[in-house]
Amino acid sequence: MNDMTPTREQREAKLEGMGCKRKRVEDIRFTQGKGSYVDDLKLPGMLHGDFVRSPHAHARVKKIDDTEALKVPGVLAVITAETLKTVNLAWMPTLAGDVQMVLADGKVLFQNQEVAFVVATDRYAADDGINKVVVEYEPLPVVIDPFKAMDADAPVLREDLAGKTTGAHGPRKHHNHVFEWTVGDKDLTDAAFRKAEVTIKEMISYHRTHPSPLETCQCVCSFDKIRGELSIWGTFQAPHVIRTVVALIAKIPEHKIHVISPDIGGGFGNKVGAYPGYICAAVASIVTGKPVKWVEDRIENLTATSFARDYHMTTEIASTKEGKVTGLRVHVLADHGAFDACADPSKWPAGFFNIVTGSYDFPTAHLSVDGIYTNKAPGGVAYRCSFRVTEAAYCIERAMDILAQKLGMDPAELRLKNFIKAEQFPYHSALGWEYDSGDYHTAMRKMMESVDYAGLRREQAAQRAAFKRGETREIMGLGVSFFTEIVGAGPSKNCDILGIAMFDSCEIRMHPTGAGIARVGSKSQGQGHETTWAQIIATEIGIPADDIMVEEGNTDTAPYGLGTYGSRSTPVAGAAIAMAARKIRAKAQMIAAYKLEVHEDDLEWDIDGFRVKGLPEKTMSMKDICWAAYNSVPPGMEPGLEAVSYYDPPNMTYPFGAYICVMNIDVDTGVYKVRRFYALDDCGTRINPMIIEGQVHGGLTEAFAIAMGQEIRYDDEGNVVTGSFMDFFMPTAVETPHWETDFTVTPSPHHPIGAKGVGESPNVGGVPAFSNAVNDAFSFLGSTHIQMPHDYWRNWKAAKNLGVFA
Amino acid sequence: MAKTHITMKVNGAEVEGLAEPRTLLVHFIRENLSLTGTHIGCETTHCGACTIDIDGMSVKSCTMFAVQAEGSDITTIEGMASADGSLSALQEGFRMMHGLQCGFCTPGMILRAHRLLQENPSPSEEEIRMGISGNICRCTGYQNIVRAIQYAAAKINGVEFREAAE
Repeated sequence: MNDMTPTREQREAKLEGMGCKRKRVEDIRFTQGKGSYVDDLKLPGMLHGDFVRSPHAHARVKKIDDTEALKVPGVLAVITAETLKTVNLAWMPTLAGDVQMVLADGKVLFQNQEVAFVVATDRYAADDGINKVVVEYEPLPVVIDPFKAMDADAPVLREDLAGKTTGAHGPRKHHNHVFEWTVGDKDLTDAAFRKAEVTIKEMISYHRTHPSPLETCQCVCSFDKIRGELSIWGTFQAPHVIRTVVALIAKIPEHKIHVISPDIGGGFGNKVGAYPGYICAAVASIVTGKPVKWVEDRIENLTATSFARDYHMTTEIASTKEGKVTGLRVHVLADHGAFDACADPSKWPAGFFNIVTGSYDFPTAHLSVDGIYTNKAPGGVAYRCSFRVTEAAYCIERAMDILAQKLGMDPAELRLKNFIKAEQFPYHSALGWEYDSGDYHTAMRKMMESVDYAGLRREQAAQRAAFKRGETREIMGLGVSFFTEIVGAGPSKNCDILGIAMFDSCEIRMHPTGAGIARVGSKSQGQGHETTWAQIIATEIGIPADDIMVEEGNTDTAPYGLGTYGSRSTPVAGAAIAMAARKIRAKAQMIAAYKLEVHEDDLEWDIDGFRVKGLPEKTMSMKDICWAAYNSVPPGMEPGLEAVSYYDPPNMTYPFGAYICVMNIDVDTGVYKVRRFYALDDCGTRINPMIIEGQVHGGLTEAFAIAMGQEIRYDDEGNVVTGSFMDFFMPTAVETPHWETDFTVTPSPHHPIGAKGVGESPNVGGVPAFSNAVNDAFSFLGSTHIQMPHDYWRNWKAAKNLGVFA
Repeated sequence: MAKTHITMKVNGAEVEGLAEPRTLLVHFIRENLSLTGTHIGCETTHCGACTIDIDGMSVKSCTMFAVQAEGSDITTIEGMASADGSLSALQEGFRMMHGLQCGFCTPGMILRAHRLLQENPSPSEEEIRMGISGNICRCTGYQNIVRAIQYAAAKINGVEFREAAE
């Protein structure tokens, strides 16, 4: 070995594989304004479409008159439900098994519902046309309060469902009822409550909010009449699913549909579903023979596409006097708005809400969820969380604090007492999940030590005493949250979307010179897949990450995948990438054995190639094997070096974490200050720590927004009163706290590289940490539970209700 | 609607075009000039994705008519890289400190940070946070954007970049 021979460390470093804080390849174009987002696309002759929307939350549509609109210069067509009926597209199926109006068919059911689609030569002319469409409405009584939707005399919202006593998920109890979903052992749970020494019961609401990525939903549809082919560029988190949905509802053969997701400006669940804009732009392109662009504006985005949450969770815990939990009972009133357009795996009407037993060893539990219709926008997307998991985590983490308060126990101590123990994994929860792995006690204790939890509690006690003596008007809260996520949907045995199993996929093609391309069924919206997927491959096959190009989002070239949401990319697509890479390495080993004239069992892997066991000088690098794959493969072997993997995960993955928020609140103004926020995440094997930290910062910021003010609120008439960034809380750099991150590593035992997914954990764990901090601050004044969001005004009101101004 | 002939300097080059009186500057830049790095996130002047530099000021180009920019000197993200094509200190800082994820707010954020550093070459963290508070980022939680701007400030000032301890 001479001085020029690179050391093992140098060879490892050159790969920039797993565990490395590799700088992102995407940033080269994004920092120069050279990203390629949907609205950047300009096709020859392209038209623009935009919607006439309903000012009413519930009204009969008596007449739509487009006469004057069609006289506006530049306006070419006005599409209504009547137009769509000629192609059988006035209604579309939702991912949740319901149907949804594409354009108002006889009535409107929420404010800003799509009524007509005006197609014009540019966006300004389309707007002129919209102003000239005359719609005659007859207002109807409005149902906004979900607790009144199932009153016997509540107005009938979905006349199309008249007489239907069964929906996609079983029997319907009322004309505004969507489904009832129950899980768990009711008798055993009822018995646990009868025997309980201590019980708590609280209605915990998780308000309606919205993912609101900075880029709204948009598309360009171009129908080629000669070829009979439809091309769609869109902000799709799941492009293949969109292709299949279009094939099913538009009756265009699937191979003649080309769906392309270019760069996406954030998704957070907003861009999973299929929206009327996509259908209308496609129909408009078919009608006009020209490409049609549809770009949602911010108000449309907030008011019409895909709200999140709106879960009202009546929660009960049974416990011993010593604080050992013995039962959990939860009933959820789930407000779905006008149509059930939840983007959940098809068999899961309330997503994975049955993770609501959280990180605790509940011997029994029972859950029931009633989905209902109201005059609000449809949706129910997973806003930076796996399906309904953030609702579940909020529910149990708030309830554990309420129980601790009743028992007079410290909330951290109560959690430590009830955690599933490390030796209990794989753990079968009372509501049916098999938790793959975890070490909750270690994570919790690390958090408590890192922040000096005991010291913070002493400080709080002193602060409370000072408050009572009238020496300060500030109160202090510690928000503890310990969450278990369930991500990586999912195994084909229980997860599908419209019948398609939720696998994911990767195709790797190595070129003769040792560079390659990987095409993956996931679709990044900012997560940095082009960077991290190459790192997995680099470690697996010993080719530098810089020499692997990652491509996603083109349904013609990428293998079929179910897309990116619910933190599923690393658990599912990440596994497919590792498995495809291992197929490459297996073939490479045979080629190397042939070239080195040894049996393949005599070879061992060594960072970036193979070496002969016992003869470390006799090696063949992966780069050289790539060349050999194209000119001298063993007799009988096909040339080339490529592999495809479709990965059907055997189980979900279960990331977890311990968070704490330290907050002070001025009772006279309600103004809060987040003094400290510490987040410890365990997402298993860490592929790129820099990106993980970035994901955690972003998720915590969204959690902060949701818990402390971000809300889609309606007045009694069904008007959205938080429909722009003026009213919808969007934290800036000034409000956003400083984040401290930490980690433990408990690899997933069933994932090829042990990774679990992380993007959504901080939102799931963050919301309860903030809310528990506020509630903990007020608890010594006699409060049990204050509903989110905790903005200044509500904090002031809470203080007032607790009599601090008396 | 009648169109008006307008001229302006964009990224150092004289450009001209026709715009209706109501055409927003951001649409003129994106659609007439095909400079699509400037983005639109809200149309109500809240998000800052459309921030550009006009005559030495940060301006949200969704809230200005193209005709109002007659005769002005504009810099967009496409004009931020050095003449030799290498990344500017800010662009490099955003990459090195992971100050971006989806990239949608990034051009506006970099343009705003560019002007901020002209106004205050050595801003404190608090001054940076206040200075970019007209720009919303949904992905990063701002912490790494602050570090990116600190990195760039240090590089421009020729001093070593030191990260504040957590």
